Amino acid sequence: MAITVHEPSHTTIGQSKPASSSGGGWGGVPSSAAWLRLEDSSPASRTGVWAGLGAITMTFAAFTSAMIVRQGSSYDWQHFVLPSVLYCNTAVLLASSVVLELARKRVSAFLRGQVKQRSTAMLTLWLTLGLGLLFVGGQYVAWMELRAQGLYLATNPSASFFYLFTALHALHILGGLCGLSLVIWRFSKQVPTLRISTLSAVSYYWHFMDVLWIYLLILLWMRI
Amino acid sequence: MSEPGTYPEAAPAGLIRKYVFSLNHKVIGKQYYVLSLLAVFIGTVLSWVMRIHLAWPNAAIPGVQFLSKTGAPGGMLTPEYYLQLMTMHGTLMIFFVVTTAPLAGFGNYFLPLQIGAEEMAFPRTNMMSFWVTFCAFIVALSAFFVPEGPPLSGWTAYAPLSALGQVAGPGQGTGQVLWALSIAIFCVGQLLGSINFISTTLDLRCTGMSLMRLPLSAWAWFITSCMSLTAFAVLLPACVLLILDHVAGTSFFIPSNLVVNDQLQPRGGGSALLWQHLFWFFGHPEVYIAIVPAIGIVSHVLIANMRRPLSSHRAVIYSMVTIAFLSYVVYGHHMFVSGMNPFASVAFSLPTLAITIPSTIVVLIWIGSLYGSKLRINAASLFALGFISMFVSGGVTGLFLAQPSLDIMLHATYFVVGHFHLVMAVAALFGIFAGTYFWFPKMTGRMMNETLGKIHFWLTFVGAYCIFMPFYYLGMAGNVRRYQSFVDDFMAPLMPIHKFITIAALITGFAQLIFLYNLIHSRFWGRPAPLNPWEATSLEWCTPSSPPPFDNFGGKLPVVYHDPYQYGIEGGNNDYVMQNSPEQINSARDER
Repeated sequence: MAITVHEPSHTTIGQSKPASSSGGGWGGVPSSAAWLRLEDSSPASRTGVWAGLGAITMTFAAFTSAMIVRQGSSYDWQHFVLPSVLYCNTAVLLASSVVLELARKRVSAFLRGQVKQRSTAMLTLWLTLGLGLLFVGGQYVAWMELRAQGLYLATNPSASFFYLFTALHALHILGGLCGLSLVIWRFSKQVPTLRISTLSAVSYYWHFMDVLWIYLLILLWMRI
Repeated sequence: MSEPGTYPEAAPAGLIRKYVFSLNHKVIGKQYYVLSLLAVFIGTVLSWVMRIHLAWPNAAIPGVQFLSKTGAPGGMLTPEYYLQLMTMHGTLMIFFVVTTAPLAGFGNYFLPLQIGAEEMAFPRTNMMSFWVTFCAFIVALSAFFVPEGPPLSGWTAYAPLSALGQVAGPGQGTGQVLWALSIAIFCVGQLLGSINFISTTLDLRCTGMSLMRLPLSAWAWFITSCMSLTAFAVLLPACVLLILDHVAGTSFFIPSNLVVNDQLQPRGGGSALLWQHLFWFFGHPEVYIAIVPAIGIVSHVLIANMRRPLSSHRAVIYSMVTIAFLSYVVYGHHMFVSGMNPFASVAFSLPTLAITIPSTIVVLIWIGSLYGSKLRINAASLFALGFISMFVSGGVTGLFLAQPSLDIMLHATYFVVGHFHLVMAVAALFGIFAGTYFWFPKMTGRMMNETLGKIHFWLTFVGAYCIFMPFYYLGMAGNVRRYQSFVDDFMAPLMPIHKFITIAALITGFAQLIFLYNLIHSRFWGRPAPLNPWEATSLEWCTPSSPPPFDNFGGKLPVVYHDPYQYGIEGGNNDYVMQNSPEQINSARDER
């Protein structure tokens, strides 16, 4: 079998010409290493949170495929009516996202020095946290409703998946609440150590939890 | 997650923060490497015990009785305990060695150095990922110390036997739960690590370091991290479901009307194939998670020793990306004998055959570039060459196994054992060895002993072939795998081959002590290493000291002017130009 060998071209070194630098991204340059020290910009946080959301998407996609396969593998799947409190919880979660967006704008304005007062920003952050906790509490109420009907984790595969999806989503919401707590803590210091990038990363995550919950609600509504 | 930009300027002074709960990527990289060494030691000893038992099934193996009084009374393995050791051998080697060392070990240490960064993007997440992985390791080993021992369902933990509990055999209760818990924890560690690697590669590159200027090893770590992110995110839910089947009484993987050990199982309705789908959706990318970093490391080592770049830098990158993509659509070839629809088998067979194309492209580029080069023969380059040999010897048989009609005959035989040990396990280990011999001077400031390294290579190279090539013959002769003894059946005439393999495994295993001695002795008493002993071009060799200072580049981040592999340059004092050298090169190669 013939193999074409590409000889590397012979090259020579120039003596004193100025160096050229191309690169960055695929063809351009990462503008400067100085971004490492910037206060309000951190591409790594953004990339990191998107990568994390990608992993979460894959995880829930795997659970979804497991649910579809499990439902199709046997005749033991029992349908039941979803607890109505879930719809209230949905509204609470969506409201929390709206409030978080308001918070993000106000916090950014404060950190950039455009606004002197931080009390409104702080209030919206606390409100988001409260709404998040209310959502988790609402999910707990939904589990209690199912328990009252005699539907436990192992009662039926449909109930198994209901508990699984809602509990895992609630776990992720708790992770988001930890992130929000960090944001509040850093923002509440005398000299805030909060970065806008941190707030943005937490916001992306929180909004993604909304999208994920809407998806799960539709999935559960259709399948259970 | 911690924030970039909060990186401290000085190393912490306390012992705990400096060496145990360190945020520094170099320490974490070394922690991963040592963890892998520990795992490979235990995994090798387990394989010795299994091999000795296979060759001399009636012999008592001294010391084994201390592992389990019921599993190995008087040092004699029971059939079940053989399978339990096999499970732990596979689990330790695959998760904690070939997944951990090439990616998390070398990647953590050298990715920031190669891209010109002072740290990983999220140092705290990085530390957490190591300690989470360490916890997974401890949980996996703890299965040895529970009554009945570790599970016997293999590293693939096929359902439904893995989901039933104690009734399925010794170790299938608590041992199996610990196994699933360990792997679930390991997945979390991998996900945290992957997020860090991806963010670091994309966002922390120094000025001038475009993606195409990344060394091939950095590319390999990046691609592997993308695979790791998506593959372990699927194994994690699979383990969660398996644990729930054990502890919560659910029935995700247990089919109806299942009779095990003469007992009709009360639960049912689940799908055993569901586990296989979820597992192998992770499992096949996992093969490439192990091998792609080794491809990157080997390319990096070879280029520095050939003193010329590969004939196509981009083709290797695109091939690795193609391999990564295809690895997700070939997983069904592990399930040809699982009762899949025959049409599905064809759909999985074709991409499996297709994945050989990018793999072949990479191999041809290596061989083509080696042809006519003045290769510097040292332990690192020898192991790189050995990697190519193992990768080809193991990979070629993948073409046989990719075809359902042949795989049905060969699937349950030693042919498959030979295939995956050569292409995945040994090849990845050769990549780890090549990386160790190559980067040791940078990691420690001392040179390894080359003579010992070469002796280590030849013993390991010949030994690996003596162990794993006969597996092919055994498989073609119909020797089934996962049996603990062959003395009383039609496979008895094959016993001399088993004895030969066992002797080879013992010798090759002991030969690794040379490596261990070289590693430890050189760490403390080795010859002091120059800053750039291999006259290499990438940024890890431009640090002001070896090992690099706490912030890698002494407070001044490098600026990159060239592609990563500027070798064979004429007209200067050296035949190479480093990536951060402002010298202009009159070369078409640099105008990418």
